[in-house]
Amino acid sequence: MKVHFDIVRRRHWFFGLSLVITVIGLIVWATMGFNLGTDFKAGSRVQMDLGQPVNIAQVRSMMSDAGLPVGQDAITVAGANKQTAVVRFPQVLTQAQVATINRLEKQQFPHSQGAAISTVSPFVAQQTSRKAVWAVLLASLFIVAYLAVRFEYRFALAAIIALLHDAFIVISVFAMFRLEVDLTFVAAVLTIVGYSINDTIVIFDRIRENLKLTPPKTYHDLQQLVNRSLWQTMTRSINTVVTVLIAAVMLYLFGGQSIHNFTLALIVGLVSGAYSSIFIASPIWFVWRGRGLPRGEPEGVPGA
Amino acid sequence: MRWGRFLGFLAIVCIILGVTAGTSMNVWKTIRLGLDLQGGMDLLYKIEPPQGQALTAAGKQALLQAVQLRVNSLGVASPVIELESGDQIRVELAGNFNQQTAEQVIGQTAQLEIYGSAVEKNGKWVPAPHAKPLITGADIQPNSAQVGQDQYGNIAVNLEFKDKQKWANITKRYTKKVLYTFLNGQLLTAAKVNGEIPNGQTQLTGNFTVQSATELAKELNAGSLPYPLKLVSSMNVGPTLGMVSLRATLWAGLAAVALIFIFMLLVYRLAGLVADLALVAYGYLTLVTFSGMHVVLTLSGLAALVLGVGIAVDANIITYERVKDEVRAGKSLQSAVISGNKRALRTIIDANATTFIAGAVMYWFGQGDIRGFAVALMISIVISMLTAVLLSRAMLLLLTRSGAVRRPWWYGARREGVKA
Repeated sequence: MKVHFDIVRRRHWFFGLSLVITVIGLIVWATMGFNLGTDFKAGSRVQMDLGQPVNIAQVRSMMSDAGLPVGQDAITVAGANKQTAVVRFPQVLTQAQVATINRLEKQQFPHSQGAAISTVSPFVAQQTSRKAVWAVLLASLFIVAYLAVRFEYRFALAAIIALLHDAFIVISVFAMFRLEVDLTFVAAVLTIVGYSINDTIVIFDRIRENLKLTPPKTYHDLQQLVNRSLWQTMTRSINTVVTVLIAAVMLYLFGGQSIHNFTLALIVGLVSGAYSSIFIASPIWFVWRGRGLPRGEPEGVPGA
Repeated sequence: MRWGRFLGFLAIVCIILGVTAGTSMNVWKTIRLGLDLQGGMDLLYKIEPPQGQALTAAGKQALLQAVQLRVNSLGVASPVIELESGDQIRVELAGNFNQQTAEQVIGQTAQLEIYGSAVEKNGKWVPAPHAKPLITGADIQPNSAQVGQDQYGNIAVNLEFKDKQKWANITKRYTKKVLYTFLNGQLLTAAKVNGEIPNGQTQLTGNFTVQSATELAKELNAGSLPYPLKLVSSMNVGPTLGMVSLRATLWAGLAAVALIFIFMLLVYRLAGLVADLALVAYGYLTLVTFSGMHVVLTLSGLAALVLGVGIAVDANIITYERVKDEVRAGKSLQSAVISGNKRALRTIIDANATTFIAGAVMYWFGQGDIRGFAVALMISIVISMLTAVLLSRAMLLLLTRSGAVRRPWWYGARREGVKA
């Protein structure tokens, strides 16, 4: 077999890199929080597909015609062609106000494709946030339990660390770039939680199999075994993430406006998931499992 | 070359392509689209029982029925009415209709109350303190309210009380006296009773237009709600916007599928073709499942299905990489395919089980959009196990055993030369 790059030996680089991104993201998140959407913060969100490039001043004047004056910051422009205006209100719009907005939009923007308007009261926003946190925690818990039964606890915990890593990376990216966090973001994080572990399992499965074939006697044996397993599954890891990324990127570029942020979170999570399965999960498992094994030959001989 | 097996393989290919091309458009038409794809509104109400009054199971059932009646009066096709989290009611109406009227008819109770005395307070008439209504909207005979005219030609709402005797007694007691009719806490009329009314009928007048009278009649007919409802969240999507999203997402999905097809063909060649055919079957079976189980397809559900294409192909990739390993280990193509499939299966099950768990948790906790996504994700995982594992395994084995393919190159492996 060809001489490959020794991933396990350079694990400290990868641990360091992930640590830096996560810490920066967490600092931003802790100081500035998320840019929360109406799902989590009570109020209303009006998304209008104007069918022409958005002129913020015109949208503002339309809203004041509707008796709903808004500030400059409340309006954002979205969509591939910059034709979608998203207006956020701190108050819950009544159905009469919703009807007025719909009517004025048709009058003042003749090419308009119509609007999607959602309102969320504080009660529902709170309920949604609570459920979102529970959902992510419970999903992780069930997955650990499944892995602990199917594999062993060290695999399960290493996989969960990699999974939390992916969730943190996505959270960091959204916090750093002030991207809107809404309910679909939670769905994206849950999908990543379920899917990124997919990669990890395939690699762990190979490690488990190789452990049976050639039980490692020394630390060095184990290091070689993990490296070998990683490279044996490398083509699969890459090809898989490529196919799923194709799907996610196409949805991001051409899909409906309301799944835009959702697919972006998925893309970030998928890349991070593929990376963490290879460069984080397996090395962590190795460090843990390798403790107590005799040293054997010196570290640094490339895996064969 | 064994022609029987090769023809078997060709037969499967023809069946997959033929059935899909022949019936998928019809199946697609039977799938219910979510309101984010066809326009409509989603209303979430919180049930708010008056202070000191407990929310009973029977009361909730009565409330659901009352809401059902009101929704039916709108004439919107296949509405969804669900009890959520114990004390919330979700109403989903899809299609093109007057969204503002709909919300009024569903959520507002036409509280009709007739009092024997009233006082003026701050320029506004209110029922006299401690006075109890003599008769209320709850006593109205269902479906008796109709738009009509009074003797001066003004628009009026005619209605009939269930208990004719009760109304007769009231009108007898108040003959030549004034009865105050309040609608939703506002004085509608204060009229002198001319004499006893034995047939239970009465007429409401006020400054009605034909439209407002029609709406009031509808609200009265729908009956009163056992508990007041408070609108806590709403989502309105215009019908054209829904169609635009649907078209955009379908195109995105098609582009993704086309690229994945090409990718698989380039990397795994003939085996990639088998995977692509299995993908066609995956797409078709998901449509059939959505149609058969009456699952509503939402925008996020559509995203999950496109993502599911990636997941389905993943099962093929795991298997093919295994087969390549076995070929590398010196096995013949046929035994490599057999053992590769066998050894990949456990990995595929473990990998998909975790994604399924995540989907189940989403379904359990989520609502609306998230549920649509979770259902689609779970369906696509189950179906991809059928197509990408069972179907493509059967096809690959038939093809290999037919002897039509001998060089592992055709399955994406690099090593030339085969031990037969």
